[in-house]
Amino acid sequence: MTTSTVKAPAKSAYWAGVRDGAPFILMAGPFATLFGVIATDAGLTLAQAMGFTVLVIAGAAQFAAVQLMVENASIAFVLLAALAVNLRMAMYSASLVPYLGAAPLWKRALIAYLNFDQTYVMSISRYEARPEMSVPDRVSYFFGVATPIAPLWAVMTLVGILAGKAIPDAWALDFIMPIMFLAMVAPMLKSRAHLAAAGVSVLVALALTELPAGTGLLIAAGAAMLTGALVETWMERRGR
Amino acid sequence: MNYSSAEIWLIIALMAVGTFLIRFSFLGLIGNRDMPAFVLRLLRYTPVAVLPGMVAPLVLWPTATQGQTDPVRLIAALVTVLVGVWTRSALWAICGGAATFYIAIAIVAAL
Repeated sequence: MTTSTVKAPAKSAYWAGVRDGAPFILMAGPFATLFGVIATDAGLTLAQAMGFTVLVIAGAAQFAAVQLMVENASIAFVLLAALAVNLRMAMYSASLVPYLGAAPLWKRALIAYLNFDQTYVMSISRYEARPEMSVPDRVSYFFGVATPIAPLWAVMTLVGILAGKAIPDAWALDFIMPIMFLAMVAPMLKSRAHLAAAGVSVLVALALTELPAGTGLLIAAGAAMLTGALVETWMERRGR
Repeated sequence: MNYSSAEIWLIIALMAVGTFLIRFSFLGLIGNRDMPAFVLRLLRYTPVAVLPGMVAPLVLWPTATQGQTDPVRLIAALVTVLVGVWTRSALWAICGGAATFYIAIAIVAAL
């Protein structure tokens, strides 16, 4: 964390990214292993589970898709719910534009592929803290953060797939997935608006469980997003 | 799971393309134009809007118990959320929730 990054070549911005991304392997490793275990448990083949991990490369959405597939939801609902989980990344994409919009198209495409929670959060905080960073340095930093995380994600999924076949039913893996989702959401409940959105999501989803799989969830998510945005607006007005 | 292999690959392919397009959207196609503030505000709540609604029925009516509410799963879910809110760490929340779940299963089995 020295000022040398300011004028140093892109290579050192890359290595700064690698260093900042490294701690995330603690989270991504077990998470990826678990996806391999659960996907295998749900009935996906090795190639299918790896296809999810390498092509989609979005943890929460992968778990969501597998959960809905276990419930035999229609293909359209599997896709809608899983992609809805990923909609937050449209916001990530939008907020990176001022920093990376001037990079070559192929680099922006590669960044888009690697734009998940950890790479985004690390990169955007670095860009905000160092407005003087050049566009090539910003790109290098982003790829640096992704370097320890993305390959590990694939390798640990494979470990989970291979280990998963040996895991007995007594381990009750059905409930590990809900625990993972709750664990991801709980740290995000940091304001009244987030709490209100989560509460509405739960209540509407529970009220609409009789609808075909996935339908109630979409309605619940829409209502909850609106609730969050409106509560935030209201809090802001009240704060003035 | 009642899907053919082709259907599963279709889901994977469409999810891959859809996820990439979501990530590429503004960075790749829309460029430097600003988005309406309220749209950004809505998008900010996406994770907390989707995940709780997905989990709630699984916690209250687990498939493994044929939809019967299970105190073990309720307690594990509660501990997961409390640890997550308290530590602000998904990793600790997973550890706390999973540990509670397996300890509770062991206790119930021993009774």
